[in-house]
Amino acid sequence: MSFDYDKYIRPGKLPHIWCPGCGHGIVMKGMIRAIDTLGLKKEETAIVSGIGCASRLPGYMDCCTLHTAHGRAAAFATGVKMAKPEMNVILVGGDGDGTAIGGNHFIHACRRNIDMTYIIMNNNIYGMTGGQFSPCTPTGAKASTTPYGNPDPAFDVAKLAIGAGATFVARGTAYHATQIDKLIVEAIQHKGFSVVEILDDCPTTYGRRNKFKSVIEMMNRLKEIAVPIKAAEKMSAEQLEGKVITGVLYKEERPHYTAEYAKVIERAQK
Amino acid sequence: MAKKVAFLQGNEAAAQGALYAGCTFFGGYPITPSTEVAEVMSNELPKIGGKFIQMEDEIGAMASVIGASLTGAKVLTATSGPGLSLKQELIGYACIAETPCVIVNVMRGGPSTGMPTGPSQSDVMCAKWGTHGDHAAICLTPASVQELFEETVRAFNLAEKYRMPVMVMPDEIVAHMRERIVFPEPGELEVVNRTAPSVGPAEYKPYDTSFGDVPPLAAFGSGYKFHVTGLNKGQDGFPTTKAAWVQAEEERQIRKVDANVDDIVQFEEYELADAEVAVVAFGSTSRSARFAVNEARKQGIKAGLFRIKTFWPFPDKQIAALAGKVKRIITPEMNLGMCTGEVKRCAEGKTEVVGIFRVDGEPINPGQILEKIKEVK
Repeated sequence: MSFDYDKYIRPGKLPHIWCPGCGHGIVMKGMIRAIDTLGLKKEETAIVSGIGCASRLPGYMDCCTLHTAHGRAAAFATGVKMAKPEMNVILVGGDGDGTAIGGNHFIHACRRNIDMTYIIMNNNIYGMTGGQFSPCTPTGAKASTTPYGNPDPAFDVAKLAIGAGATFVARGTAYHATQIDKLIVEAIQHKGFSVVEILDDCPTTYGRRNKFKSVIEMMNRLKEIAVPIKAAEKMSAEQLEGKVITGVLYKEERPHYTAEYAKVIERAQK
Repeated sequence: MAKKVAFLQGNEAAAQGALYAGCTFFGGYPITPSTEVAEVMSNELPKIGGKFIQMEDEIGAMASVIGASLTGAKVLTATSGPGLSLKQELIGYACIAETPCVIVNVMRGGPSTGMPTGPSQSDVMCAKWGTHGDHAAICLTPASVQELFEETVRAFNLAEKYRMPVMVMPDEIVAHMRERIVFPEPGELEVVNRTAPSVGPAEYKPYDTSFGDVPPLAAFGSGYKFHVTGLNKGQDGFPTTKAAWVQAEEERQIRKVDANVDDIVQFEEYELADAEVAVVAFGSTSRSARFAVNEARKQGIKAGLFRIKTFWPFPDKQIAALAGKVKRIITPEMNLGMCTGEVKRCAEGKTEVVGIFRVDGEPINPGQILEKIKEVK
């Protein structure tokens, strides 16, 4: 029997705004399957985003949905989770939203290890505004504001999250669709701040400027560069050149924020 | 039983007022001269099972209180000038998403870092015009420690009643002075709670104007699922670009305040019955003004004081009436004419309005105002 996505989609809110060939819909379907696998109640699940193409995702979800300001998802979500720790809180957004204007909120959510899951769709570009380079655009790539090639080095989102203190960090791709829900399931189950970076594609504003002839070519690239972490362990640095490691990259058990604050309450009430 | 009396600092009184109003969440960022509000909240909130969080920056603090408010909590943040500038992004969000929250902003100088942390009254325009776009504003400017407590309670009431951000803006003098305060008993001051939806989750819309200009707001995690955005939205909370609807909605959000000014605007009239010279002042400056008026009266000058308690919405009709009655209006303020401009707008040339401006980090003293009263009488 085919999976019933409609159970989680808000009635009357489709079609979505995403371009043909965009991977965001694949990520959303993966997220829906993960929510279904875990049996999360829609009315007890908050989905919070910032601004951008990926950040339009919450509107399609039949949950408590909060479409905030550019980069601010993690800070709004922190307020939701602190005030109601029993809610499941999932953040979604793009690479520009999360690592540029929202970078400060992102690293501090990691540091606090607040029990939320952040799904970051990394398509290497600001899509909604027409393809300006983001902190995740590869050096040398073309964007509407790097007509001579991007001089900036790019962030490694997973390393950033690990360095900032996130206790679960995973990476997948929009090509490896069936892996997405598995990573998100594990991320949500993890107690603490979990980050799932999904390498994604933007054929409209990134692909056409960077000599990708088709969406299929962009998807094939995701397929080719991804190396599962188990396989990567057996590969040399040379073999890993230009590859991206996927799977659960980091996992650590550490006290999470709302549990720690519950102890503050206990101490204050003594 | 005798009432509880204390010798309290203004900022401490603001925090106590918030707790009296039922605040259970504070998100903040350290900044002088408002920090004591956060310090008291960090101490008191966990005792009642509430939550305090120190965020990574001012914007994050504002975001956290909006997020918490959407779960049904009464929420507070506190800041000062530079922080208020940063918070403007999300004050606009709270306006358009119609999310109740209270911001205590202690006025120090500016622009930018200015001269920390001397007294100032130069954030009053920022309270109304700081965030981009058309929006309503409520801003209260208390003049004593007792009033800072009471006006913070009122700020929560107005925020919940009108579903919008409300600012309490003491100047640094009021925020840092210590005075005797008599704590009201529980139930003595009115405490307004958010109107809960009267329909079930299936029929609920977060901006359903069939319930009036202030639609009931449900809470995340209470069985209701709904969408909140900073985009212009329809009744169901989803983005819309329908021209007629967007226009009507923007107007409704302004009307929430405009149609209720008599419920919101508070002021004090002192010795104005036969006054020929009126001083219009707010915050700590109004205390100097009262002293000056008393001195002027002793010297046979018919002076009076109109004290602004609610700066926004501005007491337009009261100032217009005053301008039609007195020969001169004097407007002392710790900025370069922000209140004066508003008074002139309301006076419409019916009387001369003379400002006393001070931005050197020193308070306006009674002698300065008395001198002006004698000069213009």
